[in-house]
Amino acid sequence: MEIARHWRGRAARYRLEGQRNRTSGTVRFPPQSTALGEEADTWEPVALSGRGEIYSFSVLRQVPDGYEGMAPYPVAMVRLVEGPLVTAQLTDCAEGDLSIGLPVEMVTRKLVDTGEDGVLVYGYKFRPVVS
Amino acid sequence: MTNVYIIGAGATPVAEHYGRSLADLASEAVRAAFAQVPGLDATRVGAVYVANALGEIMASQSQLGAYLATAVGLAGVPALRIEAAGASGGAALHQAAQAVASGSCDVAVVLGAEKVTDRLDGALEAALALATDAEAEGIHGITLTAQWALLMRRYLFEHGYAPEVFAPFPVNAHANAAKNPQALYRFGISADKYRKAGQIASPLNMLDCSSVADGAAALIIASERIARELSGPLVRLAGTAIGSDITALAARPDPLDLAASRASAHVALGRAHLGIGDVQVLELSDPHGITAALALESIGFYERGTAPRHAADGAIAPSGRTPLATAGGYKARGDIAGASGVYQVVELVRQLKGVAGPTQVPGARVALAQCLGGVGVTAATSVLVAESL
Repeated sequence: MEIARHWRGRAARYRLEGQRNRTSGTVRFPPQSTALGEEADTWEPVALSGRGEIYSFSVLRQVPDGYEGMAPYPVAMVRLVEGPLVTAQLTDCAEGDLSIGLPVEMVTRKLVDTGEDGVLVYGYKFRPVVS
Repeated sequence: MTNVYIIGAGATPVAEHYGRSLADLASEAVRAAFAQVPGLDATRVGAVYVANALGEIMASQSQLGAYLATAVGLAGVPALRIEAAGASGGAALHQAAQAVASGSCDVAVVLGAEKVTDRLDGALEAALALATDAEAEGIHGITLTAQWALLMRRYLFEHGYAPEVFAPFPVNAHANAAKNPQALYRFGISADKYRKAGQIASPLNMLDCSSVADGAAALIIASERIARELSGPLVRLAGTAIGSDITALAARPDPLDLAASRASAHVALGRAHLGIGDVQVLELSDPHGITAALALESIGFYERGTAPRHAADGAIAPSGRTPLATAGGYKARGDIAGASGVYQVVELVRQLKGVAGPTQVPGARVALAQCLGGVGVTAATSVLVAESL
């Protein structure tokens, strides 16, 4: 179930909301808790553009329980234009389309179906930029 | 502070032990370790540290400290389970070393035990993936194998290599495992077979991915006073250290740098008053060639981007400059999840006692073991030194 867990993560999952350091301007994703030496407002929320390029990718054929219906599926680390690296699945593409440096954009898709009595978990994936 | 010694070491074969429980495996490993020190009374054991990563999910049992201490005949002894994913074994050894060095006990037992074959592969992948950052990685269906595959592809890109540059790592591991009666895969493979193997998580193929299997390994750790009562060559645990890193791989400043691996290796060597140039045989987390290569480079054995070339030149063979996986490594001895770090040290004790048989590194006196939890999230390093009486 974990309904509250998935609800807590909605800003990052649905809007790709990260954090910007008010002093240095550094942007990070996903949002993190306040660390020792920081104030509660050291980092402020920032909506990320969802645009970036592939830093690395892989196509998985041995997958965890709950994800077998999607296999094989591509995953990637994406370097966002704002700076952070994000790990996510890729979608709307074939393995042969993929290369390091390929421009990609965020889309919202189903991440996993947690079963009959569970929740459908939605969140960000990335696809090659359509233009 | 007393010096700390490893006075007994034993393990079960790594296999799919369908007929045997976690407790059965633990019992065999501890009995094998005690068989090496017939003069040692088991009542002198003052602490048990159990290394296990997956017990709740894969073996349907928690509280493994007391549970396995009882199973092996040490009921009533203070016992704890240490969990740091794949680094559990080295972390448990670190705790035992500190307990003995501090004088809080004279003898401690480190027991690595893992039982994974009671459930199917999908459950195992999910259990292993709990070592990723659940929110940033796990929920997206990212596995540990996927993370190493992402690092491998980036490494190939940055250094201009083809995937088969990593073939020397599994080829060496299998060549050594073929001579180890306790190994999971006792056969050799070739670079040609590597090139033709099917993909698991591209660019990682089947011959570059370890198999997780069942097994248990045990070490008896003792103070100098106890060790000097025994006969035969001594193995001193000269330094241990734990390193940690950001759990989410993508949040690290440089994903190809295993900072925890480097930090724990250098602190452990410093505590042993040794440097990396002193190490004559080593065990690393090597479920994939990329894993061993990144550790070798992060620790500083080789420059960035060069470890696969050194491996191809024979550097990781028993006769090489950095002999690796002399019992078969994670790839061919088998990957025993949280127990792997204990298996590593069992092999290095054999090397330092000169009883490692056909994969013996001639004259080895200093050895280093390092196991990683997740993608280098936790690193536990141990430095062992052979001593003559």
